[in-house]
Parts: sequence; C-alpha cells; structure tokens
Amino acid sequence: MELVSILNLSYLVASILFIVGIKQLAHPKTASRGNLLGALGMLIAVVATLFDQAILTYDWILVGVLIGSVIGIILAIKIQMTAMPQLVAVLNGFGGIASVFVAGAALQLSIPKYATAVNYQEIVSIVFSAIVGGITFSGSFIAFGKLQGFITEKAVRYPGDQLVKILVGLTAVGLGVYGCLEPTDESIYWILSGVSLLLGIFLVIPIGGADMPVVISLLNSYSGIAASATGFVLNNNVLIISGSLVGASGIILTQIMCKAMNRSLTNVLFGGFGAVATEMKDDGDFYSGKVKSTSAEEVAMLLDVARSVVIVPGYGMAVAQAQHTVRDLYQLLTARGIDVTFAIHPVAGRMPGHMNVLLAEADIPYDRLKEMDEINSTFENVDVVIVNGANDVTNPLAKTDPKSPIAGMPILDVGNAKTVVVIKRSLSPGFAGVPNPLFIADNCLMLFGDGKKATQEMITALKES
Amino acid sequence: MEIFVTAVTIFVLAIFVGFEIITKIPPILHTPLMSGSNAISGITLIGALYAAGIQESNITKILGLLSVIFATVNVVGGFLVTHRMLGMFKKKDTPK
Repeated sequence: MELVSILNLSYLVASILFIVGIKQLAHPKTASRGNLLGALGMLIAVVATLFDQAILTYDWILVGVLIGSVIGIILAIKIQMTAMPQLVAVLNGFGGIASVFVAGAALQLSIPKYATAVNYQEIVSIVFSAIVGGITFSGSFIAFGKLQGFITEKAVRYPGDQLVKILVGLTAVGLGVYGCLEPTDESIYWILSGVSLLLGIFLVIPIGGADMPVVISLLNSYSGIAASATGFVLNNNVLIISGSLVGASGIILTQIMCKAMNRSLTNVLFGGFGAVATEMKDDGDFYSGKVKSTSAEEVAMLLDVARSVVIVPGYGMAVAQAQHTVRDLYQLLTARGIDVTFAIHPVAGRMPGHMNVLLAEADIPYDRLKEMDEINSTFENVDVVIVNGANDVTNPLAKTDPKSPIAGMPILDVGNAKTVVVIKRSLSPGFAGVPNPLFIADNCLMLFGDGKKATQEMITALKES
Repeated sequence: MEIFVTAVTIFVLAIFVGFEIITKIPPILHTPLMSGSNAISGITLIGALYAAGIQESNITKILGLLSVIFATVNVVGGFLVTHRMLGMFKKKDTPK
C-alpha cells in the first residue's frame, strides 16, 4: 500500500478515537477512558504525520515538541484546581495562536505558486485561520487575565464600545477580503493577524467576570474552528474533523451555560453583567441596620440541633481554598447523624462544573452533590443552609426584580430554609454588582470572614460543644 | 473544487456528529469535557509539524517551531490536566 494511503488511514483511526473519546467524556463512568482515547488518537495522528515524506528534517520538530511538552507537563501538574478555568483559557489561547502560525507558514510556502495561479480554498482558509486564531489567542488571554485578577473583573465599558468593536471587526473582514484578492502581499496577513488580536481584546474586555464561563467555552469552540480552518488550508481531514467536533461541542456547552443563567449569547457578548451596576451603588444604605451578624459559636449551636444541612459552595469558597475544610465539616456533621448535602448551581465557580471538580478533589462523595433543579423544592425542609462564598446564585432579586441585571437567572432558593448562614468576607456585591436582599432576610445570619477560617472556627466550636 | 466540496462535506458531517454526541452531558463533567475537547483542538499540531519539517525558508522554520511549541503545550497540558481532574472523580468511590 502507498504511504499516503497508510497516512490517511491513520488519520481516520485518529478521528474515530477523537469521536469515541468525546462521547465517553460525556459520561462519568467512561470519562477517564475517553480522555485516554483522545490522547491515543493524537499520538497516532502525530506519529503518522512524522512518517510523511513531505517532512524532511526532524530537528526543529523535536526541539518544539520537547519545549512544548515540558511547559505543558509543568502547567498541568502544578496548577491548582481552583485555577482550572485560567489554565483552560491559556491552553485554548495557545491552540489559537498555533493555528495563526501554521496558516502563516502555509502562506509562505504558497506565495511563489500564487504568482501564476491562486488556490482560493487555500487562501480563504488561511485568512480565516488568522482571524479566528487571533481572536482566540488574545481573547483567551484577556479571559485569563480577568480570572487571575491581572485585569479588572468588571465589565470594561466605555462610550461607543460597540462601535469600536464593529469598526475593528469590519477592518479585519476588509483586510481579509483584500488578502484573498492580493495573496502575494504577505504583509497583509500579518497586519490582519494583528488586527484580529486587537479584535479579541475588544470583544472580551467588556465582558464581566461572571460571564467568563460562557466566554471560555465560546473561545474553546473558536479554537476548534481555527483548527478546522487550518485543515482546509492543508487539505487534511483529521484537522477538519476534530476541529469541527470541538467547535460543535464548545457551542453546545456555551448554549447550556447561557440557559443556566437565563441569558442569550448576544446578551453575554454585547450586554454583559455590570453594565447597569453603576445605577445601584448605595449598598451601605441598602443593608444598614438590617443585617444580623453571627459568630461561629452561634452557628455551631444551630448545627448541633439541626437534622438536615445544605452547604452551598461558591467561588468565595474556592478562592479561600476551603474545600478540604468544608469536607471536614461535612464529615463531622455526618458523623453526628446530620443529613448533609451540597447544592451546586450550574454556574457556581467560574467554569461550568468547576465546583464539582473542587469538591471531588476534597473527596466529597459524588452522591451528596445535588443539582439546582433537584434540590430547590426541598429547601423548606432544611434546618440550616450554609452559603460559603456564594452570592449572585442565591440572590432572590433574580426572581423579584425584572430590572436587575441578573433578572431571570435561576437561583438556589436558600431563603426557604429555616435558617441561612452566609459566610462572606464583607457585604460587597458579587460579580453582577447588585446587593443581595437575602442578607437582610429575617432568617439570614451573616458570618463575616474568610471561607476557610470561618469553616475552621465552626468545626472547632462544634467539637467543643 | 472537487477537493473543497469533499472537505466541506466532511466538515458539515463532523459538526453534526459533534452535536449528536454531546447532547446530554451531566453538569458535573462540563469542566473535564471542556478541557478534554480543548486538548483535541490542539490537533493543529499536525499542521505545525508540517510547517516545522518542510525546511523551506527560515521564516517557515521559525513559524513552524513556534506553532509546534504552542500546539504541544495545548495538547500535552490539556490531556494531562483532564486526566488529573478525572482522577479526582474516580478516587471517591474507594474511601466510601
């Protein structure tokens, strides 16, 4: 058999492994195997490619793979589970910029040919790679910066921001069209890549931290589309197939997340939380004199007589690295015969399902985690709800105030429980920038403090009682 | 043109496959799914290997090297961290 046929058959095997792998990733029992199948598919594709006759030397490849592997391994091993969304954003960005460079190299190779005949499939795909890859790279790094706190988490809005986005977008499209018409002018490609980078920045910077899960998922989808476009450049099926698989799965995840927040994608991309936040700045007045503050000892007394307890973890808990302390509290309460469950809002944390990962890291049993729809109707039978570092996902304004920026977002109805204890460092508003009337409800007690320290104090107080 | 139509056919079919296989994912797996599919998008590595191995000019070599590095970080980091995350989900069954 010819070498080319063997190569293409290997790509087919790799594609099948990717499809089966992603399918298995969607089920808890098979997820781990699915990931390994994906990795195996990648290995097969890479090894097969290395045997291609078009590849003449291996030194640069070897150097690149070595450097990339070391960086990848270090990142993957060192990363804390709380920083997972940042890592995914960064890796995503790398995938995007790689597509830009590959398309750039392909253009280099093709320019001599274009003097006589232009291959339009190729040049259009190259230009498309530059735009999507560029947006993915800079957008992902802005998302990373926002999550890591390098850039303000708030939505950065300025007068005429939509117009700027449209203008930069049109510039990119214009340059893209020009690049297709004048493919021998290589500088256009790099100017276009630069403009696409700018576009990524302008697109993501006005989006607030609360919307980052959606943004990351969308950018993930873009990186797949960029890879697919590279496949059109190189006429390579495995790139087209796996790129579009990732593109489609990213879009579905994005949709699911938007639904969980009851917002449309356009609203996330062009509206954004925080846009109206300036109208409600009187937090001090809102809460003054109506908040009941409590102590760890008092909460311990409440817990001592409780029969059922629900813990609502939020990003505050994650930031405080409190998941292990929360697990200790869970074990202590369970040992005393108290029924303890965890209520997980679909967008708790900063990535969908992020909270599940954190609690899994702390060895909290899988069957104790309840999803929002499952637990919401049961809150009235719960004695104590402990909200640990969550704010917007428990804010009843989402249901009562149609003008609120979180209006319509499904929330955890913790207010229906007999007593709610909110662990929070201050009364500051969450990502959405709105005060939370839950905090001044009759059955709500505020336990001010760091999520980990406050939980630790509760454990100590419980043990002493 | 012939090749282009075939490519588009494959593209469209793969999108449908993607939609079909990821319809009902439990929220608990959203994060690993995202990082796993993210690793797969590092398939650009294949293109990067060609760019780095074709020895055309210095520019393609440098572009190739850079793209190999970035794509490898995406692939290796992505699969490894997904594996680490999923390991945490499995561990739970044993102590209970």
